[in-house]
Amino acid sequence: MEQSIIIEKSIFIVVIFAITMLMAMYATLAERKVAAWLQDRIGPNRAGKGGILQPLADGLKLFAKEEFFPNTPNKFLFVAGPAISMSTALMTSAVIPWGDKLHLFGRDIILQATDINVAMLYIFGVLSVGVYGIMIGGWASNNKFSLMSAMRASSQMISYEVAMGLAIIALIMMTGTLSLREISAQQAGMNWNVFYQPVGFLIFLVCSFAETNRTPFDLAECEAELIGGYHTEYSSMKMGFYLFAEYASMFISSTILAVLYFGGYNYPGIEWATENWGVNAANIIGIGVLFAKICFFIFFYMWVRWTIPRFRYDQLMRLGWQMLIPLAIANIIITGIVILLTQ
Amino acid sequence: MPPVKDGLKKYKMSIETISLSGRKKEVSNKKMTFWESLYLVAIVKGLFITIRHLFKRKVTIKYPEQTRELSPVYRGQHMLMRDEEGRERCTACGLCALSCPAEAITMKAEERKPDEMHLYREEKYASIYEINMLRCIFCGLCEEACPKQAIYLTKSRVMVKPNSDREEFIYGKDKLVMPLDMAIKNTQMKTAN
Repeated sequence: MEQSIIIEKSIFIVVIFAITMLMAMYATLAERKVAAWLQDRIGPNRAGKGGILQPLADGLKLFAKEEFFPNTPNKFLFVAGPAISMSTALMTSAVIPWGDKLHLFGRDIILQATDINVAMLYIFGVLSVGVYGIMIGGWASNNKFSLMSAMRASSQMISYEVAMGLAIIALIMMTGTLSLREISAQQAGMNWNVFYQPVGFLIFLVCSFAETNRTPFDLAECEAELIGGYHTEYSSMKMGFYLFAEYASMFISSTILAVLYFGGYNYPGIEWATENWGVNAANIIGIGVLFAKICFFIFFYMWVRWTIPRFRYDQLMRLGWQMLIPLAIANIIITGIVILLTQ
Repeated sequence: MPPVKDGLKKYKMSIETISLSGRKKEVSNKKMTFWESLYLVAIVKGLFITIRHLFKRKVTIKYPEQTRELSPVYRGQHMLMRDEEGRERCTACGLCALSCPAEAITMKAEERKPDEMHLYREEKYASIYEINMLRCIFCGLCEEACPKQAIYLTKSRVMVKPNSDREEFIYGKDKLVMPLDMAIKNTQMKTAN
């Protein structure tokens, strides 16, 4: 029994890891394609059919580039920066429930790497560590632009984590649990949290843009002021890791959005499908539904990127501290009153 | 700006309010309300504008497979023409060189020998005719100046082939004169018609 669980979990972890990498890889292609379409262009279409091999070509190109080290005393930190970024981007996927369960080889396989009861706290912890990748990288670059960019990134993440946490508190008050599995299960059918927590969802959405360093909050890599930002001094695959980590964390935060507010793997008629088609079929559809939701959010990230220009730094701070945090607190109070009245 | 009738009613015609382009916008510096400062409405509006472009026809021309249609007045590589009997038309009068604003054309005239009657149409011909393609601006003034209709700018898409040697860009008669088989084909076409 013990052995089979270890094998099952290791296979599952490898699969999740592969899927996350694949999604991040193709998110880079999707980014370029969506950018092109929104600008009335076609986008990359030479490598493979419709540009399907473009991410491989990009990766190969980055591997073939010269490995450059700036004249910095912190060679170790210089390498640690992208490594931390990448590993934190991939770590979050451990607690995501990708589906309910599959019935294979006479036993139930839970579609989650690990179901810890403080999954939300775990996610927040890992997300907060994520900023160290940028900070350490920017610091170790020994370059004032990188350092400024790192400062911006860290102060931005700290300010938006507050609003994000407050938005989540309202959600947790409603669900009464920190486990993502239970939160998913509670949203069965069309009982999605977004209908009960629209304001919380909006705040969370805005903050997740800031947390993943995406436009309009990509001040950390503001080309006009900071050259490349924290990855100015990076080249070859270390640079590739930073860029890749951005897409991986975009995938993960889309997943979190889908799981927390858009019902996760739930879709209307899941009970009917379980009764008529069996557990496996119903849950495979559920995984597909979850990935459709994730893809929508990834598209949304790109859609917003090519719509809104970058915020100015003071606007960013004002939005975070003076708009989102009061709004999130008001949301908590209203949620509390409603819970008190309905119980 | 609305039609003139309404415009007269609404705005006083003064130098401050008149809009000649019809696109004048009053810039106001008023303080944003709380909802405006969340930028939500503006962002949603912007999102709808961009999503409309997702479904628009793409303007890209996929170059090697598709090519842009040439303008009817397109001017490409020069060619020194031959007449119906395959003789060179150029008489080395030098008017093309004179008219050339880039001073790209040089030539050397020579008298036709009696045994060269089948090669050159006039009694005088250009023994050397060179165009410096680095100077040429493809304006077509040489074509206009030519009294013998000897030099033409063709519709060729291939303009000047890239080269690392500057000398290679001075095109002599070997590259400029119309190939003989082309002249033969032209004559055949004409007689067939």
